[in-house]
Amino acid sequence: MHAPDGFLNAGTAVVTGAVSLGTVGFALKQSRERLKEKAVPLAGITAAFIFAAQMFNFPVAAGTTGHLLGGALAAILLGPSVGVVVVTIVVVVQALAFADGGLTALGYNVLNMAIIPAYAGYAAFRFFRRMFPKSAGGVIGATGLAAWASVVMSAIAFSIEWLFGATAPVSFDDVFFAMVGIHALIGIGEGVISALAVGAVMASRPDLVYGASDLTRDQLAETKSMKMRTFVIGGVLVALVLAAVVSQFAGDNPDGLESVAEETGIIESGGDHALADSVFADYATDGISNEALSLAIAGIVGTVVTLAVVAGIFLALRDNRGRDPAAV
Amino acid sequence: MGTGHSHALYVHEHSPIHRLTPEAKIVAALGMVVPVAITPREQVWAFALYASLIVTVLLVARVPIRFLGIRLLALTPFLAFALFIPLIATGETIEIWGLALSVEGLWGTWNILAKATLGASVSIALTATTEVPDIIRGLGILRVPALFTSIASFMIRYLELVTDELGRTRVAMTARGYDPKWLSQVKPIASSAGALFVRSYERGERVHAAMLSRGFTGVMPRLEHRVTTTNEWLQVTVLVAICVGTVTIALIVA
Repeated sequence: MHAPDGFLNAGTAVVTGAVSLGTVGFALKQSRERLKEKAVPLAGITAAFIFAAQMFNFPVAAGTTGHLLGGALAAILLGPSVGVVVVTIVVVVQALAFADGGLTALGYNVLNMAIIPAYAGYAAFRFFRRMFPKSAGGVIGATGLAAWASVVMSAIAFSIEWLFGATAPVSFDDVFFAMVGIHALIGIGEGVISALAVGAVMASRPDLVYGASDLTRDQLAETKSMKMRTFVIGGVLVALVLAAVVSQFAGDNPDGLESVAEETGIIESGGDHALADSVFADYATDGISNEALSLAIAGIVGTVVTLAVVAGIFLALRDNRGRDPAAV
Repeated sequence: MGTGHSHALYVHEHSPIHRLTPEAKIVAALGMVVPVAITPREQVWAFALYASLIVTVLLVARVPIRFLGIRLLALTPFLAFALFIPLIATGETIEIWGLALSVEGLWGTWNILAKATLGASVSIALTATTEVPDIIRGLGILRVPALFTSIASFMIRYLELVTDELGRTRVAMTARGYDPKWLSQVKPIASSAGALFVRSYERGERVHAAMLSRGFTGVMPRLEHRVTTTNEWLQVTVLVAICVGTVTIALIVA
């Protein structure tokens, strides 16, 4: 997801850049408060770990592989704010020092790959924790679901950014369906690996898992978790059902409308050229002019993702205040 | 760590570009990328001008064109998406080789293709001529918060160590016959990821203790370095001015 320069328009790059800058500034301040002078070596080396973790290729099926994004994993292991800082540094260094992802695309790349997976992923983690028993198994299960959700939310965020900043007249529906559909499947790998990795850490150093710091010794010993195969098959089924529901909801009607409109010549070629040629060319209207439904979907999912990010920030603030700063 | 992780991307040369201070090069890179990103896509001449400028910089830096090509391959997934756009985009279509392609979509493809390639070339020029720790130092001089640059330089210092550890784990697993084809066989990979995290974290704690015993207070000391000369800033200004001039004309023409 390291988008290159010019992928979204200038206005979107500037707005997401400002949002990312503000949020990362907040996360930096939070991290310093929590880690004190430990921040530099600990966050530095765990950032190297996340960088390396993105090189963890895992098999998807019959020879194809995917790789970890690690945003939710970082947030659950290190806490949401430190997680944001660590993944942001990975993304920024990848752009500046490894020419991976555009420099002018940093605003949305940091938002999609660091801020949303870590903050919204952590909020999802806390949400799923409530559904599972207070035990090591519950933490592992919640990690899996949250990591999957973080990838999907990131894909949703990208589609919404495309709605506002598209550089080509591909409709929101097409992008949304393709991005969310594909990432609902990719996310299964992310979920499985994150859950098992957290499980492995809990087995040796449970004190290092931030998301499990509320558990007692006895609760930590309870590791009754799902069998690997059940988890994967269950995950695939859930993702497929979701993809099917989304496609029914988002795909059919608008596309039908569009084809009718094209046949009957309602859709004029090009549209408003003075606007289309400007720097801030706004294709959103092109894709959704007659699709109130798309706008509704964009609004609803956008609100959910935003609320999740805000919840993550709020949790980060509250946890920081209630925690003994010496015990990291 | 004598060789540094950056050597995969760094082209060892002694060009004037290599000698420029990192902060000057970062400013130059941003000063080139931003105009490229906001240039209206119809102004093809402007992109030709940017391209010739970047090629000149790469020639002066003696970065082999083949090296540039290999690095640009990283863009493939996005360029594949860009090539797909005319088929799914809406609006007026033209027929090429029996395919109905959207005109607006073709412009979209060109827009992403041109800007992504030029932007990545600028980034490659920066990384090929600047060692990674120097880039971070340059960020510090450009007033990026010290906490951010300190963590980033720590990451880079330990990156090779951690990835080596990952590589050794992989070799050990393969040597013992681990060859997963399906996601349900993934458990050993995830366990080694967990183990790698614990090792990294514990290394962080040890390094922190070692730093404390050497008088660390929470901020990394700033090492002495060469200050950018007026002449160097002048060179950067000329380069950026050409790009800004180009984009201004392009915007007016459009």
